[in-house]
Amino acid sequence: MFLIACPYCGPRSQAEFAYERPVEAAAHPTDTSEATILALYTRTNARDFEDELWRHAYGCRAWLKIRRHRVTHEIAEIRLIEATA
Amino acid sequence: MTRYSALGLLRGGFDGHKSWTRAWRAPEPKPRYDVIIIGGGGHGLATAYYLAKVHGVRNVAVLERGWIGGGNTGRNTTIVRSNYRLPQMQDLLEFSLKLWEGLSQELNYNLMFSQRGALFLGHSDSDMTMLAQRGDSLRCNGVDADLLTREHVRRLCPLLNMSESARYPIHGGLIQKRGGTARHDAVAWGYARAADALGVDIIQNCEVTGIDMEGGRAVGVRTSRGAIGADRIGICVAGNSSLVAAMAGLRLPIESHMLQAFVSEPVKPMIDTVIMSQSIHCYISQSDKGEIVLGGDPEMYPSYSQRGVPMRIEEVAGQAIGLVPALSRLRMLRCWSGVTDMSFDGAPIIGETPVEGLYLNGGWCYGGFKATPGSGWLYAHALAKGVPHPVAAPFNLERFASGATIDEAASGPLPQSR
Repeated sequence: MFLIACPYCGPRSQAEFAYERPVEAAAHPTDTSEATILALYTRTNARDFEDELWRHAYGCRAWLKIRRHRVTHEIAEIRLIEATA
Repeated sequence: MTRYSALGLLRGGFDGHKSWTRAWRAPEPKPRYDVIIIGGGGHGLATAYYLAKVHGVRNVAVLERGWIGGGNTGRNTTIVRSNYRLPQMQDLLEFSLKLWEGLSQELNYNLMFSQRGALFLGHSDSDMTMLAQRGDSLRCNGVDADLLTREHVRRLCPLLNMSESARYPIHGGLIQKRGGTARHDAVAWGYARAADALGVDIIQNCEVTGIDMEGGRAVGVRTSRGAIGADRIGICVAGNSSLVAAMAGLRLPIESHMLQAFVSEPVKPMIDTVIMSQSIHCYISQSDKGEIVLGGDPEMYPSYSQRGVPMRIEEVAGQAIGLVPALSRLRMLRCWSGVTDMSFDGAPIIGETPVEGLYLNGGWCYGGFKATPGSGWLYAHALAKGVPHPVAAPFNLERFASGATIDEAASGPLPQSR
């Protein structure tokens, strides 16, 4: 278990947040079908830092981009998602 | 291989148990094998055994980074059942359950396989509808399933909280009487011993660090104990599939999550079946040593940490006590966590990969243990013949792109919503 510092709410328990998917898994409307399949159905899944999308589901409901280590759970960066992301 | 028997045990009683020999060799890796299996868990060892026994392929090595059975094989809640909803899953796990029956005799190793029944509880009318639907689907496919009334459940598990005001009111259940538990370590050791006796090299402390490619074909592996060549290479490292597949440039439809389990101090026999639930994620059974074994939900985010989360311990304990109040006085002995290969439809992947000569067995989510014998048999078929066994054919890697997913939970293509 770990804390996630929500830009609006401050440090809160991970239990308040819902993991959505890695940033690499976001499919874009202009992608080819091969690229869409790759994005939706494959993952790097490294033992390393990865960029992930989370929601503060049981808090302010903000969507966040979090750079988190998949072994230590250390969080290197937390940003709000802008409208263009 | 010296056969184990009651007579042998008696002889051991006279010579102070000094005459037992080691159950499998510790060979040095040869420069080349017909088949290399990466991963010495239950699935990998079973694959090696069936390669040697069914297909006569005996020049086989099982490479294990640590010690055999030290990964998810030794971290599960040991439940064996085949009562799934979709016919492909039923066929796969029933194939496996039939192998479980009689496996101790075949391997000459006591797996403590105990068909004590796997019971799903229903807590509402809609739960009972779902259970009846699942039971019908199972019986149509020739798999045993019995729908139980509240009174049946009360007689089967008198310690369940049957009161009207229970936190989880019990309306009935669905039982698979052929389901049960097995001793997970023994499964790895039994397959290892039997495979070794057929000539398979089991090489422990041998980490695969790379896959050698030649003209787009996988031709061998690099390991912490040198390079080893092979005609065919089988990945069998559920939990770490993505990492090994990446050595051959593959991206898999898998995310690694963590799943915890717990055991209590040992007590006298109190639960003689496996208790599960249609609505809550809590698995309760009692080991032959008397420990109460509990399992619950996975964490809903990717992690390789193999560390538990206190929040989940609290949740599972709350659910277990809600179902069986007598558990409230037990002290927990230990908890641990495994890394689960979460696939995108909840079903495993068994068979070829786009890289020639490289095969994959993974994506077992949190249900791999029960499939150990079947998985080994079917994977051995693919590795020996180069084509999938009919039971394993639907579990190919291309199904995600083609849309032929096997979505048991009908929850869509997200690994955390299994």
